[in-house]
Amino acid sequence: MATLKDIQLKIAAVKKTRQITKAMNMVAASRLRGAQTGMDAFRPYAGKFAEVLGSLAQRAGEETNPLLVPKEDVKNVHVVLCTSDRGLCGGFNFNLIEKANAFMKEKAGADIAFSFTNFGKKGRDWCRKEKLQIDSEHLGVVGTSFGFNIASTVGKNLVDAFLSDTYDEVYIVYAEFVSMARQIPVLQQLLPIPPIETEEAEESAAAGAYLPEHICEPSTDALLADMLPRNVYTQIYSALLETSTSEHAARMMAMDNATKACNDMLENLTLIYNKARQAAITAELMDIVGGAEALKG
Amino acid sequence: MAVNIHLEVVTPEKIVVSEEAQIVASPGSLGEFGVLSGHTPFLTTLKTGMIRYTDANEKEHFVFVSGGFAEALPDKVTVLAESAERRSDIDLGRAKEALERAQKRLAEERAREDIDFNRARASLERATFRIRIAGLS
Repeated sequence: MATLKDIQLKIAAVKKTRQITKAMNMVAASRLRGAQTGMDAFRPYAGKFAEVLGSLAQRAGEETNPLLVPKEDVKNVHVVLCTSDRGLCGGFNFNLIEKANAFMKEKAGADIAFSFTNFGKKGRDWCRKEKLQIDSEHLGVVGTSFGFNIASTVGKNLVDAFLSDTYDEVYIVYAEFVSMARQIPVLQQLLPIPPIETEEAEESAAAGAYLPEHICEPSTDALLADMLPRNVYTQIYSALLETSTSEHAARMMAMDNATKACNDMLENLTLIYNKARQAAITAELMDIVGGAEALKG
Repeated sequence: MAVNIHLEVVTPEKIVVSEEAQIVASPGSLGEFGVLSGHTPFLTTLKTGMIRYTDANEKEHFVFVSGGFAEALPDKVTVLAESAERRSDIDLGRAKEALERAQKRLAEERAREDIDFNRARASLERATFRIRIAGLS
């Protein structure tokens, strides 16, 4: 059985750990608020963008833009993997990487080459370990307050690579923020741009029947050609925002659990400590009583 | 008094302007256009440049925009831009630095018409406009 001193030390150590996890929890909570503000600020833009794009796509011939046309022979598949830079956030990164991995297994064929764009250190490290081809990596983005320009820079490179046939398909893996307790890894196709959903079109039609009579300058097709790459940037930006928010939420949950585990441990340890102390006192008493009895003779 | 239109300038990062205006002039890709109340529905891409509008109190405002498009409706103008700043929010020092950097890069790469060249030119354009708008009174 551990001595009293040992148990005391252990209790002190657990208390310190609890302090750290508590602090991390609070830091994550405040960062989460920041990230959520970013998401809220983005919503008006995203909503309007989707509305205009939806109505434009309805009017333009869908096969007119090369970004919309699937390639016949898919050889080079590119994955944008969004993970966090730092750990201590439960199964967050593992889930994202698993998603990418499962996708690769499903897609893997005779001569399909995979390449990666990494946001976040964890995903990058995994790619390195698995000896996957990393085309570009961006650390210190996810989880911080980043600007739209990072999304447009990366997006532009992806669009260019797609147009020059370097990539035939581009996907993005990110963590969708559902709620504080739930963040789900999502795989989404970026390029070729999947057919723009009809529900959006319906929504916009409901929102305003005025759309079909818009005068467009320079032309519907030219506008669409300008907006489609932007749509890719917007999606990347949105994915990064979601991943950042999810990371902080996941870390908050993980740290909350850790703090709870610390509390449980402390309770147990205190119990053991008290028992041991009581046992020591009892033993001492026995000694005294034993000694007194012996003296009586 | 003239009927006002609602002007909204939105970037992915924030809503820059949401205000009533009497007239809005924006740099459309086929030329500058002005919008008054009752405009025909109109959709256009924007050049890097400046949006001018006069608010309900006859005060003129200038907003820098880059990379976006605008939608005009009879009672509303919405501008979606990748970046936009009010004149007072322009970081002149940063713009000047960007201008110098872009000029240097352009001088080096004049011979090549590749992506970097285009990028430098776009950044030069942005910097120039920012400086010009910041200098307006």
